[in-house]
Amino acid sequence: MKAICATVSGRVVQCVVNEGDAVKTGDEVVKIESMKMEIPVESEASGLIAKWLVKEGDEVQEGQALVELS
Amino acid sequence: MTAARKSKSIRKVLIANRGAAAARIVRAVQGLGLKPVVVYSEADAQLPYVEQAAESYCIGPAPAKQSYLDQGALLDCMRRSGADALHPGYGFLSENAAFAQCVEEAGHCFIGPSPKWIELLGHKARARDFMGRMGLALGGSSAVLPANDMQAVHTAARQLGFPVLIKPAGGDGGIGMFPVHSSDELDGAWLRASALAEKAFSDPSLYLERFVQAPRHIEFQFLADRHGHVMSLFERDCSTQRRYQKVIEESPAPRLDRAVLQNMGEQLERMLANVGYDVIGTVEMLYTPESGFSFLEVNTRLQVEHAVTEAVTGTDIVQAQIRLAAGERLAEVMPVRPALNGHAIEARIYAEDPVRFFPSPGMLKVFQFPDNVPGIRVETGYAQGNAVTSHYDPMVSKLIAHGRTRDEAALRLRSALAATRIEGIKTNIPMIERVLGSARFGDAAMTVDGLQAALAEQAQTSINPTVEAKETV
Repeated sequence: MKAICATVSGRVVQCVVNEGDAVKTGDEVVKIESMKMEIPVESEASGLIAKWLVKEGDEVQEGQALVELS
Repeated sequence: MTAARKSKSIRKVLIANRGAAAARIVRAVQGLGLKPVVVYSEADAQLPYVEQAAESYCIGPAPAKQSYLDQGALLDCMRRSGADALHPGYGFLSENAAFAQCVEEAGHCFIGPSPKWIELLGHKARARDFMGRMGLALGGSSAVLPANDMQAVHTAARQLGFPVLIKPAGGDGGIGMFPVHSSDELDGAWLRASALAEKAFSDPSLYLERFVQAPRHIEFQFLADRHGHVMSLFERDCSTQRRYQKVIEESPAPRLDRAVLQNMGEQLERMLANVGYDVIGTVEMLYTPESGFSFLEVNTRLQVEHAVTEAVTGTDIVQAQIRLAAGERLAEVMPVRPALNGHAIEARIYAEDPVRFFPSPGMLKVFQFPDNVPGIRVETGYAQGNAVTSHYDPMVSKLIAHGRTRDEAALRLRSALAATRIEGIKTNIPMIERVLGSARFGDAAMTVDGLQAALAEQAQTSINPTVEAKETV
């Protein structure tokens, strides 16, 4: 199981895709707000969104797994 | 011409801000023999200026909406501390006309322009309309366009001619601005910009500007009293930007005809004096040799980059702002019109990845700047051991270099950056060093879209252009 990880520390402002959705490499999966900027996190692989590990409003650290990809 | 308001005697100033802005204003307030009162969020309790102020009040948790943007909490602190004036700094509530009005209605002095000027000029579309009626060149632009009438948006874009730039009417800081090169891109960009504008400024309204290719960003600094007098403090060149946000600023603007700059400064000074503008302001313009100046916006507040103007004019702009807000006359505060003395360059040091420009919050394990170096000034609100959180903007400090010439100022800035040690977070210092070392910056040929080109040029000419090697985490 692969994971999509936060590229920056901050707060999850939008989960762009839903569990069960198919994503390709480069697709935006989540938006993180940090230091007054909104940073999109893109998938680094193709697959299905198996499980969200965070929810909107959560504070996350750089490198933290956000979503499981099958 | 406004009626001069009654001069207010100020004894105690509440500083409604944080970080470098708060630290700078504390120093100015103390320099005038007044008492500074600071507010801080729970996340900022350890920052050094909190201890240095005469009084300090915690105003809530880390998110700005629950602390620095909480107008009720700030007004309550005014009452509790007995402060008779409020300095808003920059960002946060500094250009919120309703807040300024509340401060004044409570009988306090708001250290900024009268609320009516913030209301009129803080809104980009209203400011464009007003400055246009005053006779200033605006460049091509539309009126504010309805969010749900894409036909009107397309018609306006065709009339202006592509490329166009979408801008939030109530915007600031480059947020929600999108260049659009063809009609195919317009609908998507418009919807995205409108959603961002609503979120960032609680105002989804947008307008279009003709997209000026490769302009320089030149802005004019003004001080004004509440009695109808205005003084220009020359200009700054803020063309080195990333994501429409400034990184390096300097004064005077290099390689630009002094007479042209002088004329524009004098024209703006007359316009502002004619309408009775007061206290402090900056008129931002774009400039190209082909089209000359076109109006961008008016900032009705102190700006981050005020320090380069201070360096070349020998003026303490923050102290002048406080005295002018209190009702003193410009002739008392600025008895002699300053002359330009040398050249100053400022670098904004951001907690961010120097390649991707992504934020990099974290702990300042090492935070050391060159100490007592001639021609170098350091402004920061942090100290070693403090946390830089993700809740606020990424600027951790400013380095300002002053020299007899531009080359000397640049050399001093590069030496100071080389002597700066920051560990625990990534910073943009490697990127700034590369820009300062580029031929484009050396030739004073930077334009607002030229940062990546400068980095690319420098990488080609440098023997060892490795950026990653200087990152410290």
